[in-house]
Amino acid sequence: MSLTRRTFIKNGVAAFTVTLAVPRFVSDLAHAQGPVSRNLIVLDLSGGNDGLSLLVPYLDPFYYSRRPTLGIPAGTVLPIGSDTSGKALGLHPKLTGLQGIFNDGRLAFLQRVGYANSSRSHFFGTDIWSTANPGNSTGSGWVGRYLSTIAPPLDPLVAWNTTGDTPHMLQSSSVAVASIPSVSAYAFQSPTGGAESALERTAATSIASHIPVDKPQVAFVSTTVQSALATLDRVASVGQYAPSVTYPNNGFGQALRAVAGAMAKGTGTKVFWVQTGGFDTHASQDTIADNGAYVKLMVTLNDGLTALYNDLKNQGLLSNTLLLSFSEFGRRITENGSRGTDHGAASVMFAMGGGVRGGLYGTSADLSPDPKNPTLENAAGDVTFETDFRSAYAKVLDNWLGADSVAVLGGNFRKSGIEFV
Amino acid sequence: MADSAQLIAHLLRRAGFGVGPDEQAAFGGLSYAQAVDRLVNYDAIPDAVDTHIGQAGYLGTTSNGPFSPNTVETDAQQRWLFRMVHSQRPLQEKMTLFWHNYFATGFDKIAGVVTATHATRLMAGKASEDPVGQRGQIEMFRANALGSLRDLLIQVTIDPAMLIWLDGDTNTKAQPQENFGRELMELFSRGVGYYTESDVYAAARVFTGVNLQTNGDVRTPTVSFGWIYRANQHDTASKTFSFPIYPDGGKTIPARSASVGTQDAIDLIDALAYHPETARRVARKLYDFFVSETITPAQADIDALANIYLQNGTQIKPVLQAIFMAPQFQDQAMHFTRYAWPVEFVVRALKEVGWTGYSAASALGPLSSMGQQLLEPPNVAGWVLGQSWFSTGAMLTRMNWASNLAANQQFRIAAAAAGAKSSPTALVDFLTSRLTTDLDPAVRADLITYASAGGVWTGSDTQLRAKGAGIVHLILGSAAYQFV
Repeated sequence: MSLTRRTFIKNGVAAFTVTLAVPRFVSDLAHAQGPVSRNLIVLDLSGGNDGLSLLVPYLDPFYYSRRPTLGIPAGTVLPIGSDTSGKALGLHPKLTGLQGIFNDGRLAFLQRVGYANSSRSHFFGTDIWSTANPGNSTGSGWVGRYLSTIAPPLDPLVAWNTTGDTPHMLQSSSVAVASIPSVSAYAFQSPTGGAESALERTAATSIASHIPVDKPQVAFVSTTVQSALATLDRVASVGQYAPSVTYPNNGFGQALRAVAGAMAKGTGTKVFWVQTGGFDTHASQDTIADNGAYVKLMVTLNDGLTALYNDLKNQGLLSNTLLLSFSEFGRRITENGSRGTDHGAASVMFAMGGGVRGGLYGTSADLSPDPKNPTLENAAGDVTFETDFRSAYAKVLDNWLGADSVAVLGGNFRKSGIEFV
Repeated sequence: MADSAQLIAHLLRRAGFGVGPDEQAAFGGLSYAQAVDRLVNYDAIPDAVDTHIGQAGYLGTTSNGPFSPNTVETDAQQRWLFRMVHSQRPLQEKMTLFWHNYFATGFDKIAGVVTATHATRLMAGKASEDPVGQRGQIEMFRANALGSLRDLLIQVTIDPAMLIWLDGDTNTKAQPQENFGRELMELFSRGVGYYTESDVYAAARVFTGVNLQTNGDVRTPTVSFGWIYRANQHDTASKTFSFPIYPDGGKTIPARSASVGTQDAIDLIDALAYHPETARRVARKLYDFFVSETITPAQADIDALANIYLQNGTQIKPVLQAIFMAPQFQDQAMHFTRYAWPVEFVVRALKEVGWTGYSAASALGPLSSMGQQLLEPPNVAGWVLGQSWFSTGAMLTRMNWASNLAANQQFRIAAAAAGAKSSPTALVDFLTSRLTTDLDPAVRADLITYASAGGVWTGSDTQLRAKGAGIVHLILGSAAYQFV
């Protein structure tokens, strides 16, 4: 039984296409989808990253006066130069690997990214960053919409999510996303094994091929099963990947290892999604001590990304790769009574990869608590955005993915002066 | 209209965790209305489920040392699964799960502050089994499962786990901490769009001085946690909101002396609990959970439930009674249409396939990979429900856990199916009748093809075990089985 997607997808997440043309190994289909095998890795720093602790304005006296316990000593930050406003900036002391990548010219920071009337809600904020629509954040994700622009038929591994739930940013009404939190667990098991296992897999494949037209929910799950079964063998091949470096033995590091493996094994994946959380540092944020909460976040980030960068470089895959980070909001400038920071507004994004023009883009905020300070808002409590987040997306869509950002974003957000890719 | 047995089975899947032998015995002779009454008025049934933990004939548990659900997180998770499988009060467990998702509090952050042992006490500790009577948040939900939202909001405000989770323990006059005040309005009552940023700042000031109280040394098992009101840390100035706080329409909580500062919190919570937007939001959450998450309800239906909530002092029980008796709930077109949460899927499968010789511990890892680790919701908004449970990786985990359970139960499956060994078709029909679901005839044909494949049918014990377990695996791993 075969029918088009539209007949069973109501609203919300796309199911997998029913008539899958799945090549078994290296994806001829994916190669046929465009001459460029470029990919995008979206990195979600979930919880609301404190940009001022990642990219530190270490010569600003207000940074220290407003953060008596969280201000990172100037002598310990890793200086990476000054932005166009002349503000000296340094990386968090644990970002040594990222400093090296910056010095390679393959890491760009985009300062003060956000939007007007920034939501301070984790969930609403994430929805807005996902949909690229502050006015109505319930629709499809901007990356999902980009995927929808690729000519079908789409390979079921066109988008590879390394977490359990399909992120809103990747959702669309027409392209499904494979969620593969563990490559090794992505396999078909059988109670008896042996010959029985093959018979069961045949039966499961047949069962999943019946798409009830009158039961959209069952149809949705059936197509999920179809896609899972259709991608098992290729994902298993990624499990055989032997990286050129050792990845950190944590969830983030292992997710990045899988991403590199998928690239090396030629799955044809266009978009990867990785996440590292814990950035909601309301209390005991501790940016300085070795076991401090924010310090550990930076260690995880640095070690994972450095491993990925070096591995891809060694494998000759760096030139095809662009990693773009985001977080649902920044944090308040003044630390709170819990030695943490509350939900804020604009923050920093970064991009890493072989096609990145490294450097510092945009200008850092002046942290003076003067209520008239134009770079701050909310009674000088929060950083005001200078670059609309959709302008960063537009740059990636137009300059890296070869898509039309106006169509994907629903408006012209192109902006000059931020040519980070 | 569905027949009474089908309707009660539907009720038990939604208001409980499915139909096993215990439910067949307890609900077998009841009318639908009597079944609703038994579920809702569970206070009449002794809460004795925990006494069966460790007994033969029940779901097993596995622990590194002595089973200690009040101090070891994985044991607490197992106890909760055990209750879901065996409780004679299924609605109590179902609503406890609902509140756990509604007031989603995560174990890890609490463990980081008070150690994993005390975090287990604060999340799931049973007062009667604790050296100093500490009661965990889940037990608090369990005790108030059908009570008033107003009282739950008060309890949650002073709940030690919540005070740590949303940083209320550090909310002081000089530096108000916004985390709890924001989520109280965004997630626990009115919802996004019905409060402003200045409301968040005002709410943070309302709760200034409401902090965590630690009695004793955290390094000892007898430390206890509670709440304390530090009058000298309370912001006594007035707090003005964008919405009415008082029945006369007044939006300002007046300045009052620090000695009576907790009245600020009571005034705000009363206002939030009784606000019409809260009533509609709670009504919609319950509707989505019990009736349908995919069909947008008529506004009149939500308003009717919201009115019941408001007219009954924000009590949840009358709202649930109204839902279960409503034709919209009973409509046969609604059966098997709600995406099963991972714990619903697992518990229902255990009830229908069998649990003897199976340990709840074997389900914990798979549940996490399916996307639902009890006591560890992903964030304060709880789990993302519906289709989001069904990524490819999570669905494979369901299929593989089904394989694990079928392998574990294969001797019992074969023994139960001994009377149906005459043919592959007889075996399939026996097992599909036992594993209730809305199975497409084409799927039945696939199952028969599978049962017939790989050799001549003899009905031998070996064949019955392999094919019986295989069929159970395929049914549990089918799309149709993922719905309640």
